[in-house]
Amino acid sequence: MKVKVLSRNPDDYVRETKLDIQRVPRNYDPALHPFEVSREYTRALNATKLDRVFAKPFVASLDGHRDGVNCMAKHTNSLSTLLSGSCDGEVKVWNLTKHECVRTLQAHEGFVRGMIVRFCGTSFFTVGDDKTIKQWKMETPGYGEEEEPLNTILGKTVFTGLDHHQKDAVFATCGQQVDIWDEQRSSPIRSFTWGVDSFSSVRFNPVETELLASCASDRSIVLYDMRESAPLKKVIMTMRSNSLCWNPMEAYYFTSSNEDYNLYTYDMRYLNKPIIVHMDHVSAVLDVDYSPTGKEFVSASFDKTVRIFPKDVGHSREVYHTKRMQHVICVKWSADNKYILSGSDEMNIRLWKANAAEKLGVLAPRERQASNYNQKLKEKFHYHPQIRRIAHHRHLPKSIYHQSKELRVMKEARRRKERNVRKHSKPGSVPVVSEKEKHVVTVVK
Amino acid sequence: MDVHTTAYRVANSHDFFLNEEEEDGEDERRRQKLLEAISALGGKRKKTLGERSEAAVQLSEFSVNAEGEGDKINLSDLIGSMDKTPQVSAKTRKQLKTLQQSNRTVESPLSKQETERIQRDVAFQKAASEQLVFPLNQEAPGPKPMERVVTGWKARTPLEEEIFALLSANKQPIHDPILTPQEEVSMKAMSLEEAKIRRAELQKARALQSYYEAKTRRERKIKSKKYHRVQNKAKRKDFVKQFEEMVKSDPAAALEELHKMELARMQERMSLKHQNSGKWAKSKAIMAKYDEGARKAMQQQLEVNKDLTQKLVTAVNDEEEEEEEEDEGGDPEVLPDFVNDAEQGVDSSNPWMRGKLSEDPAEKETSEIVDLTAEEESADVEEEEEEEVKETEEEALLREFDSRRKRRQALIPVISLDDDEEEESKTAAEEEEESKTAVEEKEESKEEEESKVAAVEEEEEEEEEEGLEETLMRIRTLEDTEELLMQEESAADEAPVPPPAAENPPPASQPAGTNKKRKRGIELKQVLTKATKVIQVPLAHTVEDAEDSDDNQEQRGLIREAFAGDDVVSDFLKEKRKQEAAGKPQVVDLTLPGWGEWGGTGLKLSRRKRKKFRMKAAPPPPRKDVSLPGVIISEKRNRSITLHQVNTLPFPFETHTQFESTIRTPLGRTWNTERTVKKISKPKVVTRMGAIIEPMAREELMKDRNQATVADRNSVNSGKRKR
Repeated sequence: MKVKVLSRNPDDYVRETKLDIQRVPRNYDPALHPFEVSREYTRALNATKLDRVFAKPFVASLDGHRDGVNCMAKHTNSLSTLLSGSCDGEVKVWNLTKHECVRTLQAHEGFVRGMIVRFCGTSFFTVGDDKTIKQWKMETPGYGEEEEPLNTILGKTVFTGLDHHQKDAVFATCGQQVDIWDEQRSSPIRSFTWGVDSFSSVRFNPVETELLASCASDRSIVLYDMRESAPLKKVIMTMRSNSLCWNPMEAYYFTSSNEDYNLYTYDMRYLNKPIIVHMDHVSAVLDVDYSPTGKEFVSASFDKTVRIFPKDVGHSREVYHTKRMQHVICVKWSADNKYILSGSDEMNIRLWKANAAEKLGVLAPRERQASNYNQKLKEKFHYHPQIRRIAHHRHLPKSIYHQSKELRVMKEARRRKERNVRKHSKPGSVPVVSEKEKHVVTVVK
Repeated sequence: MDVHTTAYRVANSHDFFLNEEEEDGEDERRRQKLLEAISALGGKRKKTLGERSEAAVQLSEFSVNAEGEGDKINLSDLIGSMDKTPQVSAKTRKQLKTLQQSNRTVESPLSKQETERIQRDVAFQKAASEQLVFPLNQEAPGPKPMERVVTGWKARTPLEEEIFALLSANKQPIHDPILTPQEEVSMKAMSLEEAKIRRAELQKARALQSYYEAKTRRERKIKSKKYHRVQNKAKRKDFVKQFEEMVKSDPAAALEELHKMELARMQERMSLKHQNSGKWAKSKAIMAKYDEGARKAMQQQLEVNKDLTQKLVTAVNDEEEEEEEEDEGGDPEVLPDFVNDAEQGVDSSNPWMRGKLSEDPAEKETSEIVDLTAEEESADVEEEEEEEVKETEEEALLREFDSRRKRRQALIPVISLDDDEEEESKTAAEEEEESKTAVEEKEESKEEEESKVAAVEEEEEEEEEEGLEETLMRIRTLEDTEELLMQEESAADEAPVPPPAAENPPPASQPAGTNKKRKRGIELKQVLTKATKVIQVPLAHTVEDAEDSDDNQEQRGLIREAFAGDDVVSDFLKEKRKQEAAGKPQVVDLTLPGWGEWGGTGLKLSRRKRKKFRMKAAPPPPRKDVSLPGVIISEKRNRSITLHQVNTLPFPFETHTQFESTIRTPLGRTWNTERTVKKISKPKVVTRMGAIIEPMAREELMKDRNQATVADRNSVNSGKRKR
């Protein structure tokens, strides 16, 4: 006799371990899911809201300096190590995981102007207002040993900036001229001048390692090749650039922070106009640093805020500020792409998350999946007004808020005036100049 | 290094050259002058000086330089010497000759710079990868042998030494490759070829087995009785032969076999098959008086019965029985089949008690089809019965089913009617629901389009909106975000709502055509076919018990009483008519009473006046729900929805359909398979925790194109070279 019963293979519905997700058989026929869009929209809205609620970017503040923090340097090999130099010539080495200072040394008299860790991570260089370049060991001197530099080079003029070559024992300083130094020699192997009396910063290209760029006080950005005897090219802008940073993933792109509240991203092959003008700051931009992925950069401004810009977008995606943070002088993006460090006038170094709402620490696989999914949802619906409104909402201190409003009014007025002038003059006599072209005076070859 | 810098270098060197050359040139000129002066002194003696110049200036990169500027080299010049040299082989000679005759010129190769640029282009064209994983050059995860991690490591501490001593004593591997001697031996034990052969053998065996299985299955499915009879006969013969041999060769196995047969016989005896108590046998008994064939059949059956129930069994018959049973697909069981069968007639209305428990569900499903042809089939069955003698039991069963079916058919109309009602009400409810959704969705889409059409000129503002919306308000909780939305809403209320695009309504056909998936209105045909289909399946429903139905009746009555005034369908229709009427344009009456005519109450307007002063507006475009009887589509703008809708076409999109399609594709695991979800929700940038991301190395740029790289095409294209 045959008895037929409903029988199912347990493999189809029993999970293998209790850590697995329960199997839920589903019919994916879209005809059965008429509300998928609205459901996903709701999910996206919730994700966006939660994103804002969980946005707590401030991680820690490192205090200990007795004067404003003037420069910082990332360690090349250790994520947890940060070096900072202050305006009283003191250099501090920090342990970021413990939020504590592990070493303090009096490096210079007067400001520490620039600081860089050698590519091997065993020593670092500092330049100061006392016209010296000093090389220090990264290790803390043992008990009884004196804190002494490995090497001291006396220069003729004040140095204002410093950068080290990516692979070779060569570094560059700037001051009255841009000098290229061999580590073994006490005089520069090459000096570049181009009718300028002072440079504010110099940076090596991390990919095309023989290239350099510097910001000069005659409102120009100058490009050099280390192997050449003369500078390559310079672009003169309407206002002075304070610092610049190369994109670590795209060899030809660099971004400069300008006194006119903007940042400019250039392609070094086409200097006649910047690729993008990044606006949002309401005061001079003092420092800029790229994320190691080359997708975004962070800028520090005199307006007491730190802003994060996507590299190809004109406006910031994030603004960080606290009540106590004063003019931000230097900023760095950590080498693991997770944190941002800002040093400011009021003697503190602040540690921020690069993604304000991101959960720190290890994510469980399902957690990660959920966050990925939420991220995609936000991306998908980011044109929708409500989601956009929540996602883009930021709180700003009153002063900055009003200042930005004022700036907007000014800009609008200028635009209106220009439009009127154009309207009342001979057609074609007042050409339309794009925002990008406005800020470049000339390119000198 | 890029093009520019090289350009600079070249330019610089060029400058340098120029300077030098200028000086040289001046000297040259002086010398020339001097020479001229001298020659002028001498009179006729004029001699052209052979000039020597730097080769570098005009040197072609193909290193073929014509003597004079305008001179052209012919092929004949080059191969002219061929005739003089006897060493040249005839073959080459022939080839060169043909070459000389052909007029086609080979295109000159590209210049060095150009070829280099192309090569670089090819090398650097990196597909813009979807996902970037940082750091770029990661080591493969997983455990690594100690030797690879620590090179030049030596055991120092006593513990380490001890461990190493132990390892070496046990012949454990210390150095690469990490295999114990046993493992090595096992590696050697079977070579690759051997393994392959073995695998092939196994595959073959498996294939043969499956063929055999398929064959037997096929044979079992053959319905022809004759075929099986022949088959069985052959088998029986075979079996007898084998058994006799077995008795001679292996008496123990033979005894075993005998035992089996005995068991089978016992089962047969228990089942009381082949007795003439069955229906068929009875009918045959009646017929036996008149029919020779029937008598014969009965005789045969009795014989079989005798055979089977005899104490001493012939192995042959038993074997046959076994075969038969196996044909039926049943397992050898002690109890007969009908023990499990429900007693018929006890409770005919209980569906669970009707029919055998072993009844095929498939049969049930198909029974509606059987219904129609039941008569014919039963006739067929009867015919077959006469042929087949031994299958009586089955036949009896079949007939039983038949009668039951007939009885059930009598019940069907009642059930199906009930069903019909239920079905109808259900479909109505569904319809309503679906209509609602359809209405909403349609509205939505329409709204979207309207808003998009309305707000095109606000692009300048759009540009500003790109950035953050910085305010003085902080968001701390979820409620704050809600507040944010409320603000927005009020702002939107204040803002002048763009007029609904009445002057150019979006073409109705366009959305209907494009988003078929979204519009899920009911099509009348579909509903109807569904309903009829449902009626056709009467067996799936049960007949309630008498008291049950009584209960139901009561309940139904109650419900009817409770919803006495509710006629949902007619209400819906009324509502729809109302909506239609509201949508129709009003007639504007511009007549002035008493103007040009007598005034007063109760007077009729003249026809002329009515014609002239009553303005009829143009009829509106047909409503979208005209053809949908169960649906009301409101074409009014719904502000609460508008707030959530995109009112302009976002930048990268060019048409509404593009944008809508991106919105329409769901991402979640509710609507997609796990794999798809994983693929869709891959983040664009992946970083590893605690890993330092180094800047792009130039070697990285040169790597295989599949490798994730950052530099997009533009940045890399125009040239980068290794130096």
